[in-house]
Amino acid sequence: MGELVRDFEREHPGIHVSVQQIPWTAAHEKLLTAHVGGSLPDLGQLGNSWISEFGTLRALAPLDPWLARGGLSRSAFFGGIWDTNVLDGVTYGVPWYVDTRLLFYRRDLLARAGYQSMPTTWEGWHECLRAIHRRSGRFAIFLPTNEWMSPVVLGLQAGSPLLADGGTRGAFREPAYRRAFEFYVGLFREHLAPAIGFNEIANKYQELERGTFAMMVTGPWELGEFARRLPDSLQTQWATAAMPGPDGPGVSFAGGSSLVLFRGTKHPAEAWALVEFLSRPEQQVRFWRLTGDLPARREAWADTTLSSDVRTRAFGEQLQRTVPCPMVPEWEEIATRVYEQADRAIRGVVPPDTALADLDRIVDRLLEKRRWLATRHAAGARRS
Amino acid sequence: MSAPAGGGLAWRQARAGLLLALPSAALILVFFFGPVLYGLWLSLTDFDLYAIGDPSAARFVGLGNYAQALGAPDFWNSLRITLVYAFVGAPLSVAVSLAAALLVDARTTRWKPFFRAVYFAPVVTTLVAVAIVWRYLYQPQYGLVNAFLGRFGIPHVDWLGDPHWALPAILGLAVWKNFGYNLLIFVAGLQNVPRELHEAAELDGASGWQRFWAVTLPDLAPVFLFVSVTTVINYFQLFAEPYVMTQGGPLKSTNSLVLLMYEQGFRWWRLGYAAALAFLLFAVILAATAVQMRLQARERRA
Repeated sequence: MGELVRDFEREHPGIHVSVQQIPWTAAHEKLLTAHVGGSLPDLGQLGNSWISEFGTLRALAPLDPWLARGGLSRSAFFGGIWDTNVLDGVTYGVPWYVDTRLLFYRRDLLARAGYQSMPTTWEGWHECLRAIHRRSGRFAIFLPTNEWMSPVVLGLQAGSPLLADGGTRGAFREPAYRRAFEFYVGLFREHLAPAIGFNEIANKYQELERGTFAMMVTGPWELGEFARRLPDSLQTQWATAAMPGPDGPGVSFAGGSSLVLFRGTKHPAEAWALVEFLSRPEQQVRFWRLTGDLPARREAWADTTLSSDVRTRAFGEQLQRTVPCPMVPEWEEIATRVYEQADRAIRGVVPPDTALADLDRIVDRLLEKRRWLATRHAAGARRS
Repeated sequence: MSAPAGGGLAWRQARAGLLLALPSAALILVFFFGPVLYGLWLSLTDFDLYAIGDPSAARFVGLGNYAQALGAPDFWNSLRITLVYAFVGAPLSVAVSLAAALLVDARTTRWKPFFRAVYFAPVVTTLVAVAIVWRYLYQPQYGLVNAFLGRFGIPHVDWLGDPHWALPAILGLAVWKNFGYNLLIFVAGLQNVPRELHEAAELDGASGWQRFWAVTLPDLAPVFLFVSVTTVINYFQLFAEPYVMTQGGPLKSTNSLVLLMYEQGFRWWRLGYAAALAFLLFAVILAATAVQMRLQARERRA
């Protein structure tokens, strides 16, 4: 980061940037406290799942006036990722780097089960998982039961909006989500996936090496981890593949980090100049080289090193098909409830239908405030 | 009755007293009762994320937050865990403190200041640093705790990952981390036990154990009351240990009430609800302390 900022300062002699780095795990709390204390910086990096929260807190400056000057626009970025920065029609962030989830798998175990590549439909995928299980007598895939990613991504793939009525009610009992949920729960009931969370497994790389399972759903940081942690004998055997979908290549979730201007900034023009600088394709590529974070800008992917690595290319392909999670500040908590209820169905405590009914009931209660705000808003609009 | 116009001695003394007390009284009023009253008001509203952005989005909900808490399984789960912390962890901690204090204070012990310092060291060590070491100790495959137990043929335990063992694991850390503080208080108390009483008891042929029950403990009673009340209150408010070790998991098995409050207030920003949880915790601590005081008072009368 220091390297990029130095170049920016060289280009803009009048601007001095002071960068404060905070660990990712502490960033959320620190920024919120800074907001309440009125000590936010001019510009910051924000996880794009936090945009709706900080937007609701009125901590972010709308970027539309700056975007209107030209230079940066939605079409230069992956669409699904861009949309995570838009709240009620107002743009609050510019994607900086992206994150999505897809399949990491062992080619040799797939080949042993008779598959040369990853199927692209749920049906084909399901068959493939069964074949691996039959062949090895072990699990086929690791889907941690205490993580919301898989049950949510499958829902998005089935076309479920997850929330209905402008994010004021749960839509988990509707047919689209039900289909995904039954598919997901079925993977555990058929013993294709172990019903355990990620803290019940000491070292997933080791388990993959042992063949406890043949694949898992995870994110881009794993490219480096796999290269580092898997033994040499497996280095040619692991691969990545975009997510299968209900009827052909599926979507995945649109994650990543955005650059935002905070509302209290006294130097919006200078801050925006830095946003534009960091969003240039060549700077995006440099940032990727320095950190391994995948660029959000499409042009950056034309870079040969990014597109020549076949494992990275799967991410490029997946990024063409991403869908944001619902843009409500309650989302993080709702996501927690999703896997809690899925876990109950997986362990057979309740049938899937009951779990979904409970989930909708819990989510509806969480969103009560939003319904009240919507009614109040509508009443206000009628009066004026 | 009114004070004489010129101001009698009593009145002048009272005025001086008031003036002297005023600064600290004002501070307590502003920085203690003020926030407490504000918190009480907050607990009657649904103040949340939306209200931070726009205060008019807060609604008065009466006792709604309290009703919601009492109807929530999460609250009862955390209350149960908090009671375990308070009524298993605190007595354990006091017992360890007392035992260590007796050792440190024993006539035959040498290098007393050294041992006092060693036992006090964990209290002043940063918890985050301690947590890193303890996570290594508890590590299921390579940790020292399991390696030690393994020598006796006890199978490996996933201390922090198993919902049944995480709570005892956290208690072990908390007791180790905090017992040194009470140890110092006990040592001070022990030094006030008159030697003559011990010598007299010895002449009467009392064994060490009998002297402990008949001489040491009764003389320590006031110290004991202070230590047990403050320790129980501290364990009711246990937060940092589970926060850095397990974040309340696995399966919420170490989620104390304060941790639940923190999560509701500062993770999900339901500040009204979190304030209600705070007052419920206050009520629980008040009740527990009242019971403790009464028990000890009865003991003293008996």
